[in-house]
Amino acid sequence: MTRPHDMGGRFGDGPVVPATDDAAFHADWHARALAITLACGALGKWNIDTSRHARECLSPQDYTRFSYYEKWLGGLAALLVAKGVVTRAELAGGPAALSYFGPSDLDPIDLDPRALRADAVAGVLAKGGASDRPSDTAPLFRAGDAVQTRRKAENTSVAGGHTRLPRYAAGTRGRVLRHHGTHVLPDAAAHGTPDQAEPLYAVAFKASDLWAHPEHPLDEVVLDLWQSYLQAAP
Amino acid sequence: MLHDHSDHHPDHALLPSDPALRVKALETLLVAKGLVDPAALDAIIETYAYKIGPRNGAAVVARAWTDPDFRAYLLRDATAAVREMGFYGRQGEHMVAVENTADLHNMVVCTLCSCYPWPLLGIPPDWYKSDAYRARAVREPRAVLADFGVSLPATCAVRVWDSTAEVRYLVIPQRPLGTEGLGADALAARVTRDGMIGTALL
Repeated sequence: MTRPHDMGGRFGDGPVVPATDDAAFHADWHARALAITLACGALGKWNIDTSRHARECLSPQDYTRFSYYEKWLGGLAALLVAKGVVTRAELAGGPAALSYFGPSDLDPIDLDPRALRADAVAGVLAKGGASDRPSDTAPLFRAGDAVQTRRKAENTSVAGGHTRLPRYAAGTRGRVLRHHGTHVLPDAAAHGTPDQAEPLYAVAFKASDLWAHPEHPLDEVVLDLWQSYLQAAP
Repeated sequence: MLHDHSDHHPDHALLPSDPALRVKALETLLVAKGLVDPAALDAIIETYAYKIGPRNGAAVVARAWTDPDFRAYLLRDATAAVREMGFYGRQGEHMVAVENTADLHNMVVCTLCSCYPWPLLGIPPDWYKSDAYRARAVREPRAVLADFGVSLPATCAVRVWDSTAEVRYLVIPQRPLGTEGLGADALAARVTRDGMIGTALL
């Protein structure tokens, strides 16, 4: 039905603890994990939807016990092996097997041509990766239209596949706030069809339509949802 | 292709169990294979530790408060408006700005992962990425706001934006009272990161 990342609305979590500073990283290895993940992404072997799905495919036990950047590392290890970038034997090699090659022994000339070089970092981060694409799918809805989300928050093509419809908003009536244009469909992009695009909408849901015990009758939750997640509501 | 790991140990379990050593082992392997340039890692970290952070968003908010034409542009096409200020890039390719008023309070979350407008706010704080925030912000935003010491009047609606696509949301907080005489720089200094996520008032 679902995976452990889909936690919106879940009961049982404790208080949110505000930050005491504005620091971007609170441990050196957090920063390193983020940087390695971005550098590996620049190899071009996967897209953002593939990498999100890799984290989502962590076992519920690992997903729950892992800290944030451990989830990133878990997803990255799975992607590196799945895409043939490294082997399981290499991952298992351990520091002893790897000490032969220290970073200090590596001449930059040995860098793979696909590798992100230091002088390219600023340009790559500044360029980003826009997700809007041309699409033959005409928009079916306009701002103000009443819509209903898919009854099950599941990928319709791949069992256990990636989707961006959270479980809490499945089968719920909402209204279109705005049309964002046509964007890559994550449900396809995570599974080998990277450029299939369709209209994307911001859809507002009344808290009272989402929750049995809404906090306040005026409150709403807005989600960005692709056209194939939606149908016209009567 | 990716698959579930019920049949064998997951790939990450082959690495050291201590997370810091796990990162080190992965970096060492990738550097040895020529796939990662350690200097590129340093450059990425430098960028997000020191160069790109919430001061960018604060400059946008302060300008919106002081320049009505810019405010209208920001609300109409935030991607273009902030790009003109030099703010564009990874995790900020499609921006929407939402404005707090006396009747409507906006708050941003990503329940499915940790989507966040990096070019304007930098790397998200730990609480934004926490299970508690992701789980609770959509169901009980007012209780979450109370964790931040924020209490809204009953006449004010809360609109929570769950960032489920590649659109990134910036909250324009209400301008603090008594700041009529301040210029954009002084105003920017009053704008907090949490204010631009919607978990603080200014």
